[in-house]
Amino acid sequence: MRTAPHSSSPRSAFLLISPTWIVLGLLFLAPLAIMCWLSFQQRGLYGGIEPGPTLANYVRSFESSYAVIYARSVWIAVATTVICLVVSYPVAYYIALKARPERKNFLLALVVIPFWTSFLVRTYAWMFILRDQGVINSLLMSLGVIHEPLPLLYTPLAVMIGQVYAEVPFMVLPIYASLEKLDRSLLEAARDLGASAAAAFWRVTAPLAMPGTVAGIVLVFIPSLGTFITPDLLGGAKGMLVGNLIQNQFGPALNKPFGSAVALVLTAFVLASLWAYAAWARRRGEELAL
Amino acid sequence: MLRAVSWLVYVFLYAPIAVLVVFSFNSERQTAVWQHFTLDWYRVLFRDKLIGHAVANSLVVGLVATVVATVIGTMAGLAMARHVFFGKRATRSLLYLPVIVPEIVVGAALVSLFGFIAMRLSLTTVILAHIAFSISYVALVVQARLTGFDWSLEEAAMDLGANRWQTFWRVTLPLIAPGVLAGALLVFTLSIDDYIITSFVAGPGATTLPLQIYSMVKTGVTPEINAVSTLLLVVTIGLIAAAQRLETSRR
Repeated sequence: MRTAPHSSSPRSAFLLISPTWIVLGLLFLAPLAIMCWLSFQQRGLYGGIEPGPTLANYVRSFESSYAVIYARSVWIAVATTVICLVVSYPVAYYIALKARPERKNFLLALVVIPFWTSFLVRTYAWMFILRDQGVINSLLMSLGVIHEPLPLLYTPLAVMIGQVYAEVPFMVLPIYASLEKLDRSLLEAARDLGASAAAAFWRVTAPLAMPGTVAGIVLVFIPSLGTFITPDLLGGAKGMLVGNLIQNQFGPALNKPFGSAVALVLTAFVLASLWAYAAWARRRGEELAL
Repeated sequence: MLRAVSWLVYVFLYAPIAVLVVFSFNSERQTAVWQHFTLDWYRVLFRDKLIGHAVANSLVVGLVATVVATVIGTMAGLAMARHVFFGKRATRSLLYLPVIVPEIVVGAALVSLFGFIAMRLSLTTVILAHIAFSISYVALVVQARLTGFDWSLEEAAMDLGANRWQTFWRVTLPLIAPGVLAGALLVFTLSIDDYIITSFVAGPGATTLPLQIYSMVKTGVTPEINAVSTLLLVVTIGLIAAAQRLETSRR
């Protein structure tokens, strides 16, 4: 790397970085610290706070009625990740290894554009498609295939569809990046040595693309864990996930201390997943793809 | 086979958006059966005072947050790319935090802070929240743009007698401008789209467009929502196309 001219000037570095320290300190670290403090307090009347300190919120957050919500969140996140992987791999593979080079950027842009559009709008689109008077049910009923609308909206399936829809670009991009870097002569060598196309894929391509694949898994799994909009709009009343639980405690349930404890449990889980990923990448000597 | 599967995925990505847009022009209100073309829902929309108010709020929040976060984030990106300083590693982690921590937690934490310091929720708290979650994105985009930056250009300018300030305005900034603008557009898009964090910190009268759309969606699917969604899609895709062009130009 070329050396920067005044890299040794601590004063200008300090001037440049201190606004970020101040803003993120006051509006990011301080809020997290206050939430941490809150999680050890007790709930007062009408959403107030009684001074703690108590571990009751954490104990309560692991009671079975909430464990079910965690389990459901993890299950939805895992299912979303697996479906995303299955859906995204062929696309990434096609763009990286099969598409004509001059079309690659266009095909990639087509994957990314939906990600830039409003998450809310994209989720609403699925409400519009899946509801009883929605596109699918209207079509099937007018064709006479069904006479009663199928219950599609407000189901775990709807949540998964919405979630997969939102997260696919995050899976395609890192897998594409890994496949694109792959040395194609290795594939040719495998085929020349008699490997079938499937064997070449499983023994050469897939292992070499593992860093991007794992990065994609992390990039999809983590936001899916804390998702709120998809379960709130597409999931049924019984489909509460961690994100909804936190929102509910801060909103209608008027129990910020308990909501804080759940939020910190979620954050801890997210950070632990990332830490595991970083450890895995470091052990392989990979550069972090995040 | 691979090609066919890829095509199917592209259909999966675009069909819902296309359906949404097409049905914003459908005269039938209750069901998703095509009747005939109408612009009625757009007319209703433009007369809707609540939506007008929400759009105005979103624009104020988006513009203020974008300007502030872009300035601070660009400074941070410069510091991270150019300088060695005390606490640099910690700062890197700090910059990644807003990207990593789930939005629902960020919103809950911010409302805890505002409650703790007894700050009334308003449009100001929304703006502060948006600045907080945006700085990192600008810093990371600018920093990425600066890797491989030819610092000897700055040195040359200074050798030729420019002071630091002149060097920054006449040499560095024009060179990193596409990255800065891309970061700014990213912040604006994130800001006008944010629902989760905003829903925690918005006070009465501080309803932004996503908040307004959300409450409409909760009451029921209507063609007006399709229409406002279509407009939002057009605006965001337009912005992103502009950002893409800036990013690729002068690379």
